[in-house]
Amino acid sequence: MFDERIERSAAQIAADVNAGRTSACEVAEATLAQVEAVEPRVGAYLTVLQAEARAHAARVDERVRAGERLPLAGVPLAVKDNMCLDGTRTTCGSKILEGWIAPYTATAVARMLQAGAVPIGKANCDEFAMGSSCENSALGVTRNPYDLTRVPGGSSGGSAAAVAAYEAAIGLGSDTGGSIREPGAFCNLVGFKPTYGRVSRYGLIAFASSLDQIGPLTRTVEDAALAYDAMSGHDPMDATSVDRPVESAAGSLRADLRGLRVGIVREFQTGALGAQADAIYRDAYRDLERLGAELVEVSLPTAGYGLATYYLIAPAECSSNLSRFDGVRYGLRVEGKDVREMYDRTRAAGFGPEVKRRILIGAHALSSGYYDAYYVRAQKARTLIARDFATAFASCDLIACPAASCPAFEFAAKSDPYSMYLMDFYTIPMSLAGLPALSVPCGWTTPEGGRRPMPIGLQLCAPLFAERLLLGAAHAYEQATHHAQAHPPALDEVPA
Amino acid sequence: MPADSIDVRYVAQLARIALTDEEVERFGAQLGNLLEHVNALAELDTDSVPATAQVIESHDAVRADVERPCLDREVVLAQAPQRQGGFFRVPRIIAE
Repeated sequence: MFDERIERSAAQIAADVNAGRTSACEVAEATLAQVEAVEPRVGAYLTVLQAEARAHAARVDERVRAGERLPLAGVPLAVKDNMCLDGTRTTCGSKILEGWIAPYTATAVARMLQAGAVPIGKANCDEFAMGSSCENSALGVTRNPYDLTRVPGGSSGGSAAAVAAYEAAIGLGSDTGGSIREPGAFCNLVGFKPTYGRVSRYGLIAFASSLDQIGPLTRTVEDAALAYDAMSGHDPMDATSVDRPVESAAGSLRADLRGLRVGIVREFQTGALGAQADAIYRDAYRDLERLGAELVEVSLPTAGYGLATYYLIAPAECSSNLSRFDGVRYGLRVEGKDVREMYDRTRAAGFGPEVKRRILIGAHALSSGYYDAYYVRAQKARTLIARDFATAFASCDLIACPAASCPAFEFAAKSDPYSMYLMDFYTIPMSLAGLPALSVPCGWTTPEGGRRPMPIGLQLCAPLFAERLLLGAAHAYEQATHHAQAHPPALDEVPA
Repeated sequence: MPADSIDVRYVAQLARIALTDEEVERFGAQLGNLLEHVNALAELDTDSVPATAQVIESHDAVRADVERPCLDREVVLAQAPQRQGGFFRVPRIIAE
């Protein structure tokens, strides 16, 4: 159905390009052809970078011909549109940045390109990464390649859809409360959020700075490890990037889980996911056991407060970060009779409803009289949540739980903001604790009223900086189960 | 915890966002609903718990105090909504 060259994993593409069996230019042309064929239905990209892709691919081929061996040689890359790439439009899915051209390149993106990746386009996302379905983008609609009547998840939904539809082999996403893991689960992909501070945030347009973390969306765990190896490590341009050595994750992939204790969270066994999904997760835990892991019950008594904690801390940080969009230095300006009216009108016209809601709740939580009751209390709750994980990891090496509250849903199904926030119930606690976590495909379930089975994801979480352990274990699970390969994308249908 | 209400008009002033009456009403209801949920945090005993601003231990990051290249002024000003010479131009701030 698809060009064989673009169905290969990033690891296979790089091996082929390095060995001269194909060229980066050939892979780029095949990928651009796929983009042209499926974009009218999928809508993963806000900007397709034909010229840049061809130029980068030619440079990769030159480097390979000169004898270099590049870990991501010729690998087509989707970049979430909240990351800067010098000379290209970078919008954050917002009208306020609709015409903005990034004047420099984000460190994570630069490192991927240095490793041989070829940028195919800037991927759609919820406006300023605030959302769980991509529906909050002001600039485009992205559809789930597995069912075009459903959302791809969010906020990194464009990156996820691009990889699922073979319009890239690796998608860069950013995860603040689940924005890589949830679209990963919705689009049958591996979605990996490294430890906070592992990947530089320089050039990632900030949403909530104490939570934002860049990571990859890929079709295999091995590809996630390759991307992580290329991107991670200290960057003097980001004062919060961690200055400690990173060992190769690609070299730590394992075949079994012998000797590992996997924690199953008591408080998450609520039956809230429905019988079908519950059965799939039970099977997934049994598979972990079959691979040699010992299952232990762990308790995260305050994890249920994660959502409440997050929806004070993240908006508070966003209200501060987004104050820079004021119509003075870049982006949209709507004129007014004085500077104050110019601010008010610019931000009213430039931001969509979800961004406005979050700025408002954040400004409220930080305002005089409410600061201690809301913001400080949430920061204290964050301490308790992080402590719960520390306690749990005293009796286990990894934690396994669902990645999202349901499979991909239909457009406009979550019109009440709080019902959308609930999507990230299982991913937010890890974000608050800064932990590395990923979602990996674990089965298929037909949603109520749905036309076909949709993928769901298993979330694995490890202690701080234990990415090697996390990716190694996820690889063993993936290789033993192969859930991701069960269904090809349904790209032949007409959009609803 | 405080009441589950939010003075949307006042907060919008703080945040420098002009809102329509319809938005004031809609956001007020939606954010009131969210505050009801976040008020569950009152159930936690946090009196003796320190606040976490950031989970990863980090120290003041300083760099050598030496010049290094930065974006060229023309590059930065090229995308200004309005400029005048080497400056960003803004509407009047102080009345005559």
